[in-house]
Amino acid sequence: MFGRGLKTLSCVTVVLIVGAFALVFFYAPNDADQGFIQKIFYLHVPLAIVALCGFVAGGIYGILYLRSGDRMHDLRSYVAIHLSLILAVATLISGSIWARASWGHWWVWDEPTLVSFLIVFLLYACYQPLRFSIEDPQTQARYAAVFSIVAGAFVPLNFMAVRMAQSVAHPRVLTSTTAMPGSMFLTFMLSIVAMACLYVTLWKYELASKHASMQLRQLRRKLAGEDDGWTPRARRSAAPQL
Amino acid sequence: MRRAVVALVRKDLRLEARTRESVPAMVLFSLGTFVLFHFALDAQTVAGNLAAGVLWVTLLLAAVLGINRLFVAEREEGGFDGFLLAPVDRTAMFVAKASVLFAFLVLLEVVAVAAFAILLLERPPWHALPGLALLLALADLGIAVVGTLVGALAIQTRARDLIVPLLAIPLSVPLVIAGARGSAPLLAAAGAGALEGRWLLILGLYDLVFGLLAYAIFDFLLEE
Amino acid sequence: MTATVELADVGRAYGERVALRDVTLTLEQGRTLAVFGANGAGKTTLLRILATLLRAHHGSVRVLGRELPREGWAVRGRIGFLGHQALLYRDLTARENLRFHARLHGVAPQRIDELLDAIGLRLRADEPVHTYSRGMVQRLAVCRTVLHAPELLLLDEPLAGLDPGAAEVVQALIGPGRGTRVVISHDVEHGLAEADEVLGLRGGRVALHAPAAQVSVADVRGLFA
Repeated sequence: MFGRGLKTLSCVTVVLIVGAFALVFFYAPNDADQGFIQKIFYLHVPLAIVALCGFVAGGIYGILYLRSGDRMHDLRSYVAIHLSLILAVATLISGSIWARASWGHWWVWDEPTLVSFLIVFLLYACYQPLRFSIEDPQTQARYAAVFSIVAGAFVPLNFMAVRMAQSVAHPRVLTSTTAMPGSMFLTFMLSIVAMACLYVTLWKYELASKHASMQLRQLRRKLAGEDDGWTPRARRSAAPQL
Repeated sequence: MRRAVVALVRKDLRLEARTRESVPAMVLFSLGTFVLFHFALDAQTVAGNLAAGVLWVTLLLAAVLGINRLFVAEREEGGFDGFLLAPVDRTAMFVAKASVLFAFLVLLEVVAVAAFAILLLERPPWHALPGLALLLALADLGIAVVGTLVGALAIQTRARDLIVPLLAIPLSVPLVIAGARGSAPLLAAAGAGALEGRWLLILGLYDLVFGLLAYAIFDFLLEE
Repeated sequence: MTATVELADVGRAYGERVALRDVTLTLEQGRTLAVFGANGAGKTTLLRILATLLRAHHGSVRVLGRELPREGWAVRGRIGFLGHQALLYRDLTARENLRFHARLHGVAPQRIDELLDAIGLRLRADEPVHTYSRGMVQRLAVCRTVLHAPELLLLDEPLAGLDPGAAEVVQALIGPGRGTRVVISHDVEHGLAEADEVLGLRGGRVALHAPAAQVSVADVRGLFA
């Protein structure tokens, strides 16, 4: 069900990533102030943007699940959030490396994106423990959906609030995209597209994999003679069950 | 639904008046935290940013105590079943609990802000009070809404007391940002400054977004 | 005339554990269904599904002519549920508890006094529930159950913890003839005596389902074997 077009998508993703890397290393100019290390910007910001979209998508699938009861939406929501959390950690790490290289500190409070991500990470880190601590699969899916919706609505609000908290005295230095020469802009756009494709590819892979193991489990149950499709029989886990 | 909300609120307020569990604990916790801050910061008085920070963090942590207790009676004495059996709109539980939490927070703040002024401020913040009250009221609304949601989320989980602070603290960050930044000029050492409108805007937006959201999805937390 | 309760192939699980499976039954208006079974056989789950407190994971449920869970809102005010928990706030008095439930159900306050009199708790009505004995709590719980004059009574061991005098008083409120009843009981003789139909559950499945006249005490005891 989820595997359709996966091969094409993977090829496209690989091409885009290679292309983006090539542009970053050979085409985009070195930044006057920060030198070569500034190029981590092409990794850090796309990670951030895609992770944010992923969190919001998780919330949207949560809404769809609550409205329809279709467990596939719950699965999509779970995978979206789970992948975005990984991207969020990568954002924090890449941001930290960048800060260290540019400013000599492993962490800077002046950078609103980084700070917002820290808060968002702290929030979403509770998602899987929350799921795991609820035993009944249906209840687990429902509560997880509510969480994903609340957290998804929180993300933009949080960004706005943190951005406002950085007053004019601390201008954003790491991610100012106002004055970007054309070559930088092109590289930046390509990096975002490549990261987005990577995310979607990984998302589809994980969905296909989980769906396949669910079907396998169902078949096993049918063979063992327990015919009804509705009896849940899995061990306790944070991931959605069918 | 109004009838159900009123019945629930009266019941909770009566329970609190009789058992006196939540509000005194929240107040005592705040006082203790102020003392801790005095020693931790080694300061006779605080002003401006520092004062705002100490006040808001303390109030938020005290609120978490209140959120933990919010659904205890329902959980332990089967109160949810009693409510779920009644022919009333289930969102009434959300409105009632959020209102009760709001009331507790207001009571807490009346005492805690006074204690804060006595213990840690250099001079009585009379001029700061109207602005402070407005900020606190808007922030309380936000904490009430989000706290009720988080409290309800935590009911079904096994690590209830842990989930509440872990979720409530990140979710409250925008409130603390707006509240503390808004209060800082009010509590300045040189005398109360101006209250910037944009912090009220953030608080208002937060309250609106989460209020509507919680109202729409709270039902799903009560079904089985 | 539609039956008061209609279940078809109802199933419900808690996580990995299947509590009910393939339960089918019909109960006509005004009749009493006695439910027997060992602990963990699924009786409480069945009762809670009928009370709209739980959803069935499988099958269809119709109560008072309405389909659950979709139309649960339409039947809630017409069902009286007495479970294992009293659903009372221990720090409030009997009167305050009943007043709370009366407000939720839109019942006139006079009824509270009538019920307190009928159940014999009038004198202690203004003391907190945590000072009550087990029997008194149970009696108050029965008051709560019938406060809104329900058409369908769902009772989980209603006479547990009651001395004979109290049991008599309680039977006047929830006994046979007070509407359609589904009663879970561990007292086989008594349960059988007042039942019109019998349902026996074993391991979540229906092991016995027949009119009470055709069921003997030994048949029921066989369920617990």
